Formats: sequence, C-alpha cells, structure tokens
Amino acid sequence: MSLEVEEKKPAPVDRLHPESRQEPLVFERSGQGKVGYSLPPLDVPDVTAIPKELRREEIAGETEITEVEVARHFTRLSKLNFSIDQKLYPLGSCTMKHNPRINEEVARLPGFAAAHPLAPEEVSQGTLELAWRLEQALIELTGLARVTLQPSAGAQGELAGIVMVRAALEKEGNPRKGVLIPDSAHGTNPASAHFAGYKVRELKSNARGTLDLHVLEEAMTEDVAALMLTAPNTLGIFEDRILEIAEIVHRKGGYLYCDGANFNSFVGLAKPGLMGIDVMHMNLHKTFSTPHGGGGPGSGPVAVCERLVPYLPRPTIERRADGTFTLDLDRPDSIGRLRTFLGNYGMFVRALAYIVSYGNRIGEVAQGAVLNANYIRAGLADLYHLKYDAPTLHEVVFSDKKQAEHGVHNGDIAKRLMDYGFHPPTVSFPLIVHGALMIEPTETEGRASLDAFIHAMREIARDVREDPQIVLNAPHTTPVRRVDEVAAARNLVLRWKPGS
Amino acid sequence: MKFLPTSDADRAEMLAAIGVSSVDDLFVSIPASVRQAPSLPPPLSEIEVRRLFGGLAKKNANAKETAFFLGAGLYHHYTSAIADQMLYRAEWLTAYTPYQPEVSQGTLQSIFEFQTHICLLTGLDVANASLYEGASALVEALLMAERLCPGRTKAVLSQAIHPEYRETVRTYFTNLALEIVEVPVGPDGATDAAALAAAIDEKTFAVAVQSPNFYGIVEDWSAASVAAHAKGALGLAVVAEAASLALLASPGEKGIDIACGEAQSLGVPMHNGGPILGFLACRTAHQRQIPGRLVGQTHDAEGHRAFCLTLSTREQHIRREKATSNICTNQGLMALAANIHMSLLGKHGLREVAQQSHAKAEYLKGRISALPEYRLPYPGPTFNEFLVEGPRAAAPMIAELARRGILAGVPLSRFGGPTNQFLVAVTEMNTREEMDRLVSALAEAGGRQ
Repeated sequence: MSLEVEEKKPAPVDRLHPESRQEPLVFERSGQGKVGYSLPPLDVPDVTAIPKELRREEIAGETEITEVEVARHFTRLSKLNFSIDQKLYPLGSCTMKHNPRINEEVARLPGFAAAHPLAPEEVSQGTLELAWRLEQALIELTGLARVTLQPSAGAQGELAGIVMVRAALEKEGNPRKGVLIPDSAHGTNPASAHFAGYKVRELKSNARGTLDLHVLEEAMTEDVAALMLTAPNTLGIFEDRILEIAEIVHRKGGYLYCDGANFNSFVGLAKPGLMGIDVMHMNLHKTFSTPHGGGGPGSGPVAVCERLVPYLPRPTIERRADGTFTLDLDRPDSIGRLRTFLGNYGMFVRALAYIVSYGNRIGEVAQGAVLNANYIRAGLADLYHLKYDAPTLHEVVFSDKKQAEHGVHNGDIAKRLMDYGFHPPTVSFPLIVHGALMIEPTETEGRASLDAFIHAMREIARDVREDPQIVLNAPHTTPVRRVDEVAAARNLVLRWKPGS
Repeated sequence: MKFLPTSDADRAEMLAAIGVSSVDDLFVSIPASVRQAPSLPPPLSEIEVRRLFGGLAKKNANAKETAFFLGAGLYHHYTSAIADQMLYRAEWLTAYTPYQPEVSQGTLQSIFEFQTHICLLTGLDVANASLYEGASALVEALLMAERLCPGRTKAVLSQAIHPEYRETVRTYFTNLALEIVEVPVGPDGATDAAALAAAIDEKTFAVAVQSPNFYGIVEDWSAASVAAHAKGALGLAVVAEAASLALLASPGEKGIDIACGEAQSLGVPMHNGGPILGFLACRTAHQRQIPGRLVGQTHDAEGHRAFCLTLSTREQHIRREKATSNICTNQGLMALAANIHMSLLGKHGLREVAQQSHAKAEYLKGRISALPEYRLPYPGPTFNEFLVEGPRAAAPMIAELARRGILAGVPLSRFGGPTNQFLVAVTEMNTREEMDRLVSALAEAGGRQ
C-alpha cells in the first residue's frame, strides 16, 4: 500500500461562500420595537427638571435589537479576528504572548472592578497596597528609585519621562533644547519628545544596527536634554556599549531615557538602573502580559532614578510607618497629572498577578523569548535577508531583499502567511530596514509552533521563487480578500448613517 | 513554569540548531556588570494568587456591596452580563491593533460601529476609535483645535471642567508655549457667560465648557460655541458623564465643533478609575486633524464590504515628530464593551438609563436639601450629580459613613475645594431604599457636630 504524502501548502482558493464571512452592521440588524435590556421599574416620581432647550429628542438611528441578536452579532464578529489563543502571533515590537486567565479573574473582583478611586482611603487600603506592591516589584526589576503607574500607555509614559527630565533641567536653570533619538526608534519617541517641547535630532545607526558612539559624542552637547534609547533596539539588538553611552550622555549633564518597550527581553536578568539609565517606561501589555484587547488598554509605568523622584506625576502612593497606605498629592515639583485617577488600575492588577506568578523565576520569560527568536532566526537566515548580523535578543528583523527580486514584497509575504494560519509579522517598521519583516515569537510558544512557523515561511520563500502570483494575490483563505486601504483613505466613510 | 511550553529536550535541540551551548550565550551583548537577578519571592500558584488578590480586594469598599453615590467623573451604571462575557472571548481579548485588516475584521467593524454610536450620541459627524480617558481626550481635542487655528495660542477653559482634566491640560501645555485662561462659574453654578465671552480674543483657538459640569450643573453649550465662533475660535464640549448624552441636547445641535471626554458610563465598569474610555468627535470639515485611530469602510479585492484603519499618515508611526499626537494605542477592549452596551440598550435603553438616573437624583436632591443642616450651593439644573454643602467637614463625615456601608459622595477637599462641600451622584443602580438610608445617615451625621 502506498501512502500519498499530503501536500501541506494550502490550496490557492479555499473560500467559503462570502455570505458566511460577512456580518451586517449592528445598526443593520436593528428592527423597530425590539428590546435587548430591562431595568427595574422606577421607584421614585418620574420627573424631568431640566429646561426643554437643554434636552434632546430621541437618539435617531440608535439600535433596537434583542440580546439574542447582540450575542450572535458579536460572536460572529469575533470569529473574523485572529488572536493569540489561536496560533503564533509574531507581530514584532508588540509582544503577543499568552494572557494568563487568572489575571482576568482577579481583575474582575468587585473590590477592584467596582471600586472607585475617590472612595475614602480608609476603605481603599487594598487599592493602594496593590499599587504600592506593583511599584515595589517594578523598582526591584528595574533597579531604579521609584515608579509612577499613572501613564495610560507606553506613549504617555514616554511623554511623562521626558517631561520629568525637562522639569529637572529647568529646576537646574536650563531646560535645554533637544533630544537625540536613533533612527531605529519607534515613532512614538520623536512624537513624545515633540510634545515635551523638544527638537528632535535623529542619530544614524552604524552598520551593526547600533548607535555610533562617534556620532553620539559629536551630537551630545550641553543643549541636549536626553538621549532616548530603546534597549534592546527595534532590531532586537542590545547596545552592548550601553555603559559608555550612558557615560557620554551624563558627562554633558544629559539624561539617558530608555524606551522599555522591549524590557521583556531582559527582565529578571539585568537591571536598567545598573546600566546608567535614568528613566524608563515599561508597557504592562507587553512585558507583563496584560491583554492587548484589539488595541488597548495599555499601561505605561515609568521608573526613574533618585534625581527625578521629585518630578513624578501626582499623586504618588506612600506607605506610612504604621503600615497603612496613602496618596501623596503634596508634591510641589511634580510635573502634575497626565490623566484622571490612578491610571489603568485594572492593568496593575493583571501585571502584579503575572509578576507574582513568576516570582523569582521571571528571568525565564526573557530567556524563553530570546531562545525562540534566535531559533526562528537560525531557521530562516538562509532564505531571508538579514540586514544586520549582530546578535539579537527577543526579535529578529529580516528584509524582503531576496524576494523583491521576484517582485514580491514584505506586505505580500505578510498576507500569504495568513493562508498558513499565522498572523503576519510587523512590516511597517523599523524604517531603517527597507521591506522589514519584524518577527517576535515571545516565550509562550513551544518548539512545534515555532517549527510550523518556520516551515510556513520557508514554503512562502519557495512560492515566491516558483509561483509569485499566489503570494501577490494573497490572502486566499481569510474572511475578506486583500483590503483596499487606498480606497478607504480616498473616499472616507467613517460611520454608518441612518437611512443608508 | 506553566506559561512556558518549551521542554528541556526541546531547548537542548533548539540551542543546537542555533549553534550555542546555553541560553546564556544568547545574552552576550548585555554586559556582565549590569546583570543581576531580582530579589523576589518564589512563584505563586493560581490558588495562592486568588488568595492574595482576594485578600487585597476585600479591603476595598465597592459599589456592589454598599449604598454607592460616588461620581466626579466615574459612575456606577448598569453593565450587562453579556458584555463582560463577550470580553472574555479570546478573539477579542488576545488580538491586537488591526493593522492587518484581512484577519481583523471583527475588531475593525466593532470600532466602526463604536464610531457610529458616538456620532449619534454627540450629534457630530466623525468620531475616532477612542482615546485613553477623559482628561487626555480634552488635551487631544485642544491640540486639534490649535492645529485648526494656526497661529493662535490661547485656550479658554471653564473652571467647572473636572479639576483633574484641567490639571492634565496644564501638564501638557506647559512645554508647548500655549496659554490657558480659566473662567469662573456664576452664582447658578454654570460657567459665567459674560466672563467667558470677555476672555475670548483673536488669539483664542478653543473655548471649552463641560456639561454636566463638575458641580453637576447642566450647561448650555451654545454659549460657548456662539462666543467662540464670534472670534473665529472653535467651541469644545467636554463630557465626563456620557450617560447624559441620551437625555441632554447634543453638542452637535448646540453648534459645538469638537466634543470630547469620558465615555465610561456607556458600558465600562468603574475599574477603580481605569481602564476607562476617552472619546473625541468632530465635524467633517475638521476630520483630517482628528487624533488617534480611525476605522473606515472600504472593500476587498472581490468587492465585498471591508473595514480598515485609515488616515494613518496623521499618526506617529509614519509622521514621527510631526504627528497629530504621540498616542499609539486606543482603548480597544473598552470601546468594544461600550459598543456592546450601546447596541444592547439602544435608542430606548440609553434614554431610560439617563431618565432614571435623573429622576432618582432629583428625588435624592429634594430630600437632602430638605434637611435643615444641608443646602445646595448652586440652583442650576442638574442631571444626576449635585453639590451639597453640609454643616461640617465632609471628608471625615464621608469616611465615617463609609464604615457603615454608605459611600455618600466625593468631598471637594480632595480637589482643594471648600471642606464642607461634597458631590453626590445617583444612577439607575441606586434604589429608593438606599437613598432614604443616605438621607437618614446624613441627617444623623449633620446633627452630630
């Protein structure tokens, strides 16, 4: 009996009838007289004590729909999404790792989810203690002096960090004029520096993909407030001369800002505070696995050195001598608030649950992430071009240079990966690698999953050589075929309209 | 370790494939002198995590176990069982920003629907995919107005905008060479209309008024929009209690150009102050300056309707320091929760929630103001929150009542206001029995000076 080896490559056309992949808008499911909710009867007189000119008519166009239809609608919509729980999600720079469900459970305890930050401190001690414990854990992991948990996301953390630097320099008499940012940096760095009132000077990376110390020496003047460095950088390369970099920046009285988006690659193994880093934001949704939720909420705590402590956003959380906790609003040098209340508190709960679940073994997170990324690198380096060959940590950035010879670009490879059941890597970034394929597997993938991904990428490389059209027309198996993003921007339709 | 699926055997083979002998060899680029293991306790099991967090949670008073009247920008409204259970679905929870539309149509369509709901409620044309929360939404709205009025450097803000919103604006504006002028409230508790008009000049790019304002007073946004337009500035509506949008005249019909604020009341639990849900809506003419993510409708290669992120050339990953904002994420999951909530309650439910909240607040307001020791400092109309002045310092009195299971309100002293004033918020979640209990407790506490 002969066994036929099954062709693993997906069929070029493997689509269900389009009807099953499309879901009407919730407004299109609406029907007059349907009801999806019920409230208790009003137990007080039904009065309206607002003048008519300050009131509105009914909300024209809003839905009338039953719970059944809402359940169907959102379940069907959900199935049009790719998610981590489905398969490897190697979106570089985003750290798509498994989200432990215990974190979701504890974040929903009424003592957190139904608590209000303006309740009296006497009945909010759990709130304050949890935030204080998270701060202590982050202090221990970063080796810095204090941490603010307030910023809503990484970008707001960056802004807070740079504004604190500015406040400190101002206090010393000169806020300085500019900030240095390597050309490999994430786009939020220059945008945040701009909103802190600084001019941005971009530093060109060297042939190794790291910072050129001669360029830094020349650029680092007493007009420069800070160097914003990503460690490891967006290529996954750690600046191995970090101590010299810090020395150059400090010699001119500047601050070393670290974009800690990639902290997941060395958390628990090395401490930013020992590297000469003065201020660093972290993304709780990356390193500490709070769920990405389709694009947020994030949370962007900022750790600072002793000199920047007076400038932390208000309020800080303090433990009194008697072991109780309190908010300290009386901080005259504080840069002020960045938002309402204490921050994205629900993310604090999840992040602390994650940290205590790993405890003193948290370094295994970084070890696993780096092992996995290097395994993918080793599995693909013969087929995909690697612009920089320096050692990489948690991610690897290939380019489409070899595939471009066949007229196939990174965006096409990304779409073809969908046919193999994977989410694509990041392709829009970093800007210094033309045609980038930025792959970050994270530590929560096992070998079988990595092998399947490597296999798919190798098959695609073969497709590109043998049948480029199949890649150029990809994806073939997704709920919708390639989406016309140009048409979306040209003819803006940003909402449904009643009667449409 | 239960979250790490690599076996020892696999690890050994993977290291061999990479060509190194240990995982440590992969970290050669990190100098030895900066390496240090953290001093943390051993890992906790799931049972221990439950125990630890359960213990911490128990130390907090919460809205499910108390008579609850706290507001000041964060409200305890009804949220449905189905919304939270939907949020648990991995397809929503563990997906990310829909950069790849072919595998993200669920998130994209949900955002498109969210944008539509916000437009319908605000009476404006365009809404973004959400922002962090109310205060930074106001900052983004002001910066947007500044871009639309190039050369102008002054923002006029009502002092009855939430104090934490105003403080956030100051933090952001300090380094941007922009000026803030604040206008006080008049005797009725609404922003002083004459002072507002007088504060606006040819340098002004935006005039922002909150309604219901921080003291709960329903303001007339047309005062702001008319005065702003007279000097070529934009009128901004700030909303911190979005449930009110279903009952009150919309920003759009009052001539407002940009509406922004906090949409937590529309289906997001209080979450101890975050994650909550910033929003921003504007008119079509201004849509290219809107900050944050936007989802647009388009079609796929076969002509089927599809959705994708659009106008990304405004954003930081393309424009870097010239971007309209530095923000990168939105509040994806919270926008989903709000979309489910608004869809479920719809035209009638959103209205009924608002009307019940208002009617109950009127009942409680009437009863508290009838107590001899208490008065209402401002006579203006209110939606579901009102300011009360009592006979003694509010903070200790409220702490005392909290120990008895009543969270009576938010003392203004927390915002540097008069010590004997406090805000009381009421929603459809409050029962008459709870309100009567609060009234008795206040009467008793007020008599004990």
